[in-house]
Amino acid sequence: MSGQPQPTVGLFVTCLVDAIRPQIGFAAIQLLEEAGCRVEVPEAQTCCGQPAFNSGDDRDTARLARQTIAAFEGFDHVVLPSGSCAATMVHGWPELLAGDPDWAARAKAFAAKTHEITSFLVDVLGYTPSGRRLAASATYHDSCSGLRELGVAAQPRALLARVEGLEMRGLPGNDVCCGFGGTFCVKYSDISNAIVTEKAEAIEGTGADLLLAGDLGCLMNMAGKLHRRGARTRCFHAVEVLAGRADGPAIGEEG
Amino acid sequence: MNVALPPFKERAKAALADRRLKLAIDRTTGTAEAKRAAAVAAFPEFDAARARGRAIKDHVIANLGHYLEMFERNATASGAHVHWAVDDAEARAIVTRLCLDAKAKVVTRSKSMLGEEIGLPHALADAGIERVETDLAEHIIQLAGETPSHIIWPAMHRTREQVAELFTASHRPPPEADDPATMVQSARRVLREKFLGADVGISGANFLVADTGATCTVTNEGNAELTTTPPRVHIVTAGIEKIVPSTAHAMALLRILVRSATGGELTQYTTFHCGPKRPGDADGPEEMHIVLVDNGRTKMLAGEFREMLRCIRCGACMNHCVVYRQIGGHAYGGTYPGPMGSVLTPVLDGLAAARDLPNACTMNGRCAEVCPVGIPIPTLLRAWRRRSWRERLEPGALRAGIGLWAQVAHRPALYRLASRIGVRALRAFGRDGWIGSLPLAGGWTAYRDLPRPSGRTFMEQYRDQQRGRK
Repeated sequence: MSGQPQPTVGLFVTCLVDAIRPQIGFAAIQLLEEAGCRVEVPEAQTCCGQPAFNSGDDRDTARLARQTIAAFEGFDHVVLPSGSCAATMVHGWPELLAGDPDWAARAKAFAAKTHEITSFLVDVLGYTPSGRRLAASATYHDSCSGLRELGVAAQPRALLARVEGLEMRGLPGNDVCCGFGGTFCVKYSDISNAIVTEKAEAIEGTGADLLLAGDLGCLMNMAGKLHRRGARTRCFHAVEVLAGRADGPAIGEEG
Repeated sequence: MNVALPPFKERAKAALADRRLKLAIDRTTGTAEAKRAAAVAAFPEFDAARARGRAIKDHVIANLGHYLEMFERNATASGAHVHWAVDDAEARAIVTRLCLDAKAKVVTRSKSMLGEEIGLPHALADAGIERVETDLAEHIIQLAGETPSHIIWPAMHRTREQVAELFTASHRPPPEADDPATMVQSARRVLREKFLGADVGISGANFLVADTGATCTVTNEGNAELTTTPPRVHIVTAGIEKIVPSTAHAMALLRILVRSATGGELTQYTTFHCGPKRPGDADGPEEMHIVLVDNGRTKMLAGEFREMLRCIRCGACMNHCVVYRQIGGHAYGGTYPGPMGSVLTPVLDGLAAARDLPNACTMNGRCAEVCPVGIPIPTLLRAWRRRSWRERLEPGALRAGIGLWAQVAHRPALYRLASRIGVRALRAFGRDGWIGSLPLAGGWTAYRDLPRPSGRTFMEQYRDQQRGRK
C-alpha cells in the first residue's frame, strides 16, 4: 500500500462478539491492520438490529440503522466479522430507508462500503496471510446470509488454504442452514433443534478436529449442540484461525 | 379451512416425533434435490431460461386482464364454456352445479392444487357425488382420508411400506406383493374401471394459453388424459395466474417447471385441451367448462405479494427448505406447504390464523436461490412479519422484549453498561465454559449448551487497550 493513503476501517464488532467472544474482534483488528488498514471501533455501535428486523419491527430497526450509519460515515470502509449482520446493513437497511428522503442515499452509500471481513480481505485488499501454522483438520460451514446475500464462499477458503498444516475437509450440506436463524432458534426451538442435530451429525461425520465458520451466531448454535452431544469438535470463527489465534480455548472452552 | 387444527407449534412437534414421516420426507426431498441439481447442471441455459420465465410471468401479471379476456374469447370460440369465480365458495358452487346438471354420479379428478385450495373434494362429497382421485399419490391420500403434504408429491409423507399396508387393506383383490411395480399395477386396475364409468372429469391446468384458449396439463402418469377424455363433461379449475400468452410461452415455462420439480427434462404427458369433442373427433368430452378462480389473486396483484403470482408450483422451495424437511407439509396447516405456502396461506386463510408460518423460517434464502421464477420468498415472508408486528399479532412477551432491547440498543452508553452487567450475570450460570440451563432462554438450553461469555466485553477490553496505546 506504499504511496497510497492508509484505508480507514470502522469495525462493527457485532453484539454477539462483543458479549460472548471478544477475541474474534481482536483477531479481526489484527488481520485488518496486517492488511494495511487503520482500524477504529466507534463507540456508538450496538447491534445491526436483526432481532427487531426479523420480528417485523421496522421502526426500531430503522432507528438503529440511522444511528449506526451516522457513526460510521467518516470511514472508508465498514467491516464486520459476520456475514449475517453485514447482509442486514448491505441489503436490509437501504430497503428499509428507501422511502426516507434524508436517509435513502446515506444508507446506499453506507451499504456500498460495508463488507464481511473475509470478502473484504480478499476482494478489496487482496490480502493473503503468511507464516500461519496450525496442525489440525477442519471443516467449514457456510453461513446462509453471507453465502447467499453477499457471495461469501471462496474467500474464507482461499484464506484458510494459506494456513500451513491445516487440512480442510468438505462438509456435506455445507450450504444448508444450521437452524440458528436468530430469534428463530428460540421461537421455534423444536424445529431448530431438529435442524442443528442433522448439522452436528454431518460435522461429526467429517471427523475434523475443528469446525470453522464466519458467523458467531451460527457457531454458537452448532458448538452448543456439538457440546451437548458430547462431540469433541472444537469451534472457532475463521478469523481466529487466520490471525493465528486458534491455539487457545475454542468456543465454550475456558483457558 | 382447518378450523379444528391444533396450533402450529404442536403440529410441528408431533411431526418432529414421527420417525417414519422423517424417513419419507428424506427419501423424496433428497432424491428431488439431487435430480434437480443434475438437471440444472446439464442445462447450461438454465439461468437464461429462468430469466425468460420470470419475464413471461411478469408480463402476464402486468397485463392479466388483457390475456384473461383473450383466453375467454378463444376458449369460447373453441366451444368451451368459461366461468369466473371470485372466491373458493363461488368456485365450489359452479363446479358442483355443473356436476349436478350433468347428473353425475361418479367424477374422476386429476391432481390439482387449485381444487384443494377451493375445497372441491369436500364440496363433491357434500353434493353426494362419488369422487375418484386418479393421480397415484392422490389415490393414496384419498384411501387414507388425508390431504396433500406436497404440491408435487401429495403422498410424500407416507413411506412405500405404509402405502403397501394401505393398498393391502383397501384394494380388492389386494396387491400380490409390496414392491412398487406391483402396487402401481394394483392401483391401475382399481382406477381403470373408474376412468371409463365417470360422468365428469375434473382437471386443473398448469397453463391457460391465451391465444388458443387451450388449457395445458402435465403429468407423468397419463391420468389427466384419461380423466379429461372419456367422460361426457370435462371441467377445468384454474387460478387466473396460470395464464400465458401463447403455446411457446407455456413451453418456455415447462423447461424450468419440470427441471425444478422432478429433475426431468419434460413430463411424460404434456397435453393441451382445446374445446370439447368436434365433429369427426374420435373421442373427447361433449362439454368443456373452464372455471377461472381469483380467490385473493387480484388482491395480491395490487399489493406487496404481487411477485408471488409468478409461482409456477414446482415445489423446489419446499424440497430445499430446512424447516419443511423436518416437519413435512401437513404441519403447515394450509393447502400449500413450505416456503411458497408460508407466503400464500396468510393470503388465503388470513394472517391471524397463519402468523406462525412466515415466522417459522430461518431466512436462509435457499428457497429463493432455487426458485425458477426468482420469487424473493424471504422478502415476502418479512413483509408478512412486518404486517403481523404492525397489527399486533405477535405475542406480547416478544413485543415487550424487543421494545426493551430497542430502548437499550438506541443508547450506546447504556448498551455498554447493560452488556457489561449482562455478561457477568451470564457467567454466574455456567460451569466450565458452558451454560447448560438458563432462565428465560429455555428455548436455547433445552437442546444445546450456551457458550459462557469470556467475562469482559470486547468494548471494555478494547477501551483498556486503547488507553494503554496512548
